[in-house]
Amino acid sequence: MKRLLLIALCSMLPLAGNAMTPEEQGLEIAKEVDRRDTGFHDFKATMTMLLRNKHGEESLRHMRTKALEVEDDGDKTLITFDRPRDIKGTALLSYSHKAGADDQWLYLPALKRVKRIASRNKSGPFMGSEFAYEDLSSQEVEKYTYKYIRDEQFNNKNALVQERYPVDPNSGYTRQVVWVDKAEYIPLKIEFYDRKKALLKTLEFKDYKQYLDRYWRASEMFMQNHQTGKSTLLTWEDYKFRAGLKSSNFGKNSLKRAR
Amino acid sequence: MRNWFKALCLFPSLACAGEWTGYIEGQGRYFTQEPFDSAQTDSTLSLAFEPEYYHAWDDDRQSFIFRPFLRWDSQDNNRTHADIRELLWTHVGDEWEVQAGIGKVFWGVTEARHLVDVINQTDLVENPDGEQKLGQPMIKLSFERTWGVLDIYALPGFRERTFPGDKGRLRSHPRVDEDLASYESSAGNKRVDLALRWSHSLGDWDIGLAHFYGTNRNPLLQPVQNSANEIVLAPYYELIHQTSLDLQATKGDWLWKLEALYSTSDREDVFSYTGGFEYTFIGLGDSDMDLGVLTEYMYDERGDNAPIAFENDTFIGLRLTANDEQSSELLTGVIKDMDSSAWLYNLEASRRIGDAWKASAQIRLWIDVPEDDPLYTISQDDYIEFNLARYF
Repeated sequence: MKRLLLIALCSMLPLAGNAMTPEEQGLEIAKEVDRRDTGFHDFKATMTMLLRNKHGEESLRHMRTKALEVEDDGDKTLITFDRPRDIKGTALLSYSHKAGADDQWLYLPALKRVKRIASRNKSGPFMGSEFAYEDLSSQEVEKYTYKYIRDEQFNNKNALVQERYPVDPNSGYTRQVVWVDKAEYIPLKIEFYDRKKALLKTLEFKDYKQYLDRYWRASEMFMQNHQTGKSTLLTWEDYKFRAGLKSSNFGKNSLKRAR
Repeated sequence: MRNWFKALCLFPSLACAGEWTGYIEGQGRYFTQEPFDSAQTDSTLSLAFEPEYYHAWDDDRQSFIFRPFLRWDSQDNNRTHADIRELLWTHVGDEWEVQAGIGKVFWGVTEARHLVDVINQTDLVENPDGEQKLGQPMIKLSFERTWGVLDIYALPGFRERTFPGDKGRLRSHPRVDEDLASYESSAGNKRVDLALRWSHSLGDWDIGLAHFYGTNRNPLLQPVQNSANEIVLAPYYELIHQTSLDLQATKGDWLWKLEALYSTSDREDVFSYTGGFEYTFIGLGDSDMDLGVLTEYMYDERGDNAPIAFENDTFIGLRLTANDEQSSELLTGVIKDMDSSAWLYNLEASRRIGDAWKASAQIRLWIDVPEDDPLYTISQDDYIEFNLARYF
């Protein structure tokens, strides 16, 4: 009950706006989004990416992901690629951090080689898709500064519109505009503005499902690139929260036996 | 092939529940220069097949992998060969792992050569770069704790290096006669070699320290007369103790890399290292492409007496990663011998076609190699190679 009250209070915070600057309001929204998504401990899921170029040609990517929440730091994730077949068994281990570059190791199965890679490269395409690594990595409050813009109806939902500005100078973006569901504090849409401040991409979150009666996950994430006409539909399936994953599932050895 | 599948299905818990993947690849090589020996071919076609069977059970705590490899070559009988790359059972516990069977292990960080990578023998007939390896019988015990990863290996059974045959290019003159291989160890190829490796990541640093005690994977090649009264080279495999370090610092767009080893045998002590950097220009010219610039220096204290090619050599390379849907990649570079006129030029490129095909190409050129250089025997073997692989 106490907890419910707290949630109710917190969710009102951004509305109690008069005393707060737009920056403070924006930060409070981000903190609430983060707070509501904290405590899941770990999950597994499968990801399918449907890549489509401007001529309508399509290609598919299949991968599996495991994630582990780390207290007071970013999540640990292990992504294993299944398709295309030539990269089957390739795996990416990331330790994301609230501040500074993430630690990343790539496993190349043909050589059985684990390679530490320069994770500063976060703005490039992930697997040739319209998602950048930074779009998929764990979203920590500290990675942006914020500004609340307005309340707005979005797809028949009450939404809070905020802007956020990446702290990391290596980000591919100068600004993102985020539509946050006012009831559940989950993102509904994000617009990405490139280094030249032009609109680059729009990401829409669709078909949210709730897990463990608490954690909302979109089953579909559709990224449209406005500059190239390319798009990627990312479908999440087989979510399994609290799958019993431990930090030993996110070590160098686990990278080598990822399948 | 079908019979294999059937035979494996006699063990239903193993074969029928798992998954077969792999590839079949066609390869053409064209040699642009006259060979030293007129028996050697000018071009060759070959076909490689590498299926992989994988099955996991016991809630993924146990797994079994079987990965045979077959190559047929139109010219070189030695290159037509088969190997079991992996036949490995793995049991994973909490913070430990045990593996038994035939496996493949990689150690190291540098690109121009893989100095400290000692567990598996080189399948030299596959590619002169030495990156293709033969399966190694092993029992491995691994512990992963807060202090890092400790791997303990027992390696029962030695694999002899493969060498190109009479008609093959990229071989020594005279050729190597593998039938005349001999060993320092009285146990010959039945000796059990031992290895130990500790590796850890500390912030931006990745470190590996290893010791290997066993039969050197690199043979000495000694000229002898064989039973047919030909002069040939006979491989002699020494016993060595080898201690090695591999180190990488990942600092923003810079990767700093070092591999060093100290090895001792009855005959000599050797200190050798490879070190350098890779710097990546991200999003080249506002595109999605990344361009990496690589420089590495290779040193061997034996200098010109070293039986290896790179004893005082500098590698400069470029790696272009398109980050496109086809995963297009290009790696090109030169290795320059600092003591002589010799150059080595190298290009490797690859691109996926559709969902299941992959095309790749290689060019290797040896330029101005003097007669006293270990690479001289292959210096007429400049080649262009094309591969087309179908994955399943």
